[in-house]
Amino acid sequence: MNLNELTIKQASDGLRERKFSVSELVADCLEAIKDRDGDIHAYLDVFESAKEEAKKADDMIVDVGERLPALFGIPLAMKDNILIEGMRCTAGSRILENYTAAYDATVVRKLKNHGAIFLGKTNMDEFAMGSSTENSAFGPTRNPRDISRVPGGSSGGSAAAVGAGMCLGALGSDTGGSIRQPASFCGIVGLKPTYGRVSRHGLIAMASSLDAIGPMTKTVEDARMIFDAIAGKDGFDSTTVDAPPPRTRPFDIKGLQIGVPKEYFSSGLDPHVADVISAAAKKMEKAGAEIVEISLPHASYALPVYYIIVPSEVSANLARFDGIRYGASAAGQASSLLEVYTRTRGEYLGPEVKRRIMLGTYALSAGYYDAYYKKAQQVRRLIREDFEKAFARVDVIIGPTTPTSAFGLAERTDDPLQMYLADIYTVAINLAGIPALSLPAGSVAKDGVSLPVGLQIIGPWLCEQLLFDVGMEVEKIIWKTTTESKIL
Amino acid sequence: MSISREDVQNIADLARIELTDVEIEKFQKNLSAILDFVEQLNALETKDVIPLAGGTVNMNIMRPDEQTDTYMEGKSAEFVQQAPDKKNGWVRVKAVFE
Repeated sequence: MNLNELTIKQASDGLRERKFSVSELVADCLEAIKDRDGDIHAYLDVFESAKEEAKKADDMIVDVGERLPALFGIPLAMKDNILIEGMRCTAGSRILENYTAAYDATVVRKLKNHGAIFLGKTNMDEFAMGSSTENSAFGPTRNPRDISRVPGGSSGGSAAAVGAGMCLGALGSDTGGSIRQPASFCGIVGLKPTYGRVSRHGLIAMASSLDAIGPMTKTVEDARMIFDAIAGKDGFDSTTVDAPPPRTRPFDIKGLQIGVPKEYFSSGLDPHVADVISAAAKKMEKAGAEIVEISLPHASYALPVYYIIVPSEVSANLARFDGIRYGASAAGQASSLLEVYTRTRGEYLGPEVKRRIMLGTYALSAGYYDAYYKKAQQVRRLIREDFEKAFARVDVIIGPTTPTSAFGLAERTDDPLQMYLADIYTVAINLAGIPALSLPAGSVAKDGVSLPVGLQIIGPWLCEQLLFDVGMEVEKIIWKTTTESKIL
Repeated sequence: MSISREDVQNIADLARIELTDVEIEKFQKNLSAILDFVEQLNALETKDVIPLAGGTVNMNIMRPDEQTDTYMEGKSAEFVQQAPDKKNGWVRVKAVFE
């Protein structure tokens, strides 16, 4: 039946109409994983227990009847930095290779309350540091569109799982583009919510002032369904905020003010990607929106700001991986407490992780703090103010999610800076704390393969609903459908 | 803005990471390149700009000292079990003072 090819909305309707059972839905997904994941390697762990969970869900439908929660019985994949109690959680690192989560992340509790089914944990760059999933300690994930290419990162496993129909949707995390960039590379939808809209309790922290959990799905409507289920204030995360009041005005693309930053269309952008984005903008204009050229004067400084602030926060957040409380430990070979720390971290942390910890340690150290960290925080405020000014003029901002389509495996692994450039359009969004949605807008041809191109729609703080509305409109305009999956 | 091998070793000590000689040399190159890259921030005038530290502008979030969600209750024993070395419900470590 290929139920794994359904969208969440289609599956949700189908379950309620008794067209098929949760067990059949989960079985088709597990079958797809067996067929394809040998080549793609999106999953680090597949939960055989999903079959029993599906059976329990089917029994429940008989009892509960029609009033099922929205995501009931929906098979989802979870990035391996989100804790599921009793299941292994590695964050893509050898230092947590045998770590079992002792509690559920808040988003997991919420999804369990919905009756969603977890299919497994997906591969990622180690501790979410990377843009290709090549920094995983457990081998890379491949792009389902072209397995010689990367799926993007750090949520590359989740993106590939959705893109290859090995789940109906997934959760990822986004600190500098780690949901949106892989979504763009794999031809799916990814949302980075406003900072604070989704609890980070139970997310293995990378950079606490930028991290965000968000949905990765086949359609914008599916992303909204997952977002509605996971968002909300949480007592365990004091940076969470209440939902904004619901929008009262019905959405109309006519008159929508869409800002296009002139700084985005400069030398680093692949001209074919630029063409896809320009074509999308023209179509939106034809539908009645007004395209306004705007300026984000500090746009080019976002990457250097990011690569000071994130390593600084990383150096603090990863200090806990010291061989004392959990995870791998060199205590057996160490002759002093200090050696327990230095040998554990030296042996079990990967190179990109070490690089960023050291960069952060340096930037925060006495004598350098003002020159690097404080300076970066000041420019961070200027970047935020750029967006405040822009949103006083326009409703949303659009642009390419990434400067290129998916690059090849091993193409950028020798030069960290080259890899960092993949995030040139995404990092500013995390620095400012605003929401952004990436959705497929077209494709470019490379070596005889059609590679997806993502359009990024950026909104003001707490405006996820507007992003969903605009996103569904773009789906109608470009793909003529909001309900059919656009993949494969 | 190059950093020296000695700098790299000092940073590694502060970060509590043991590095091999090969790693020290590689990181010296990498870190120098990245530090050069971030130097461009010095071109910006930021004299009176207040640093932005967080992802949120909310500050001083308070709540009454009452437990409303008991989900994490009773998990401490489990957490101690995850430690590589433990005894009688305590995490055991090597001597802090020698």
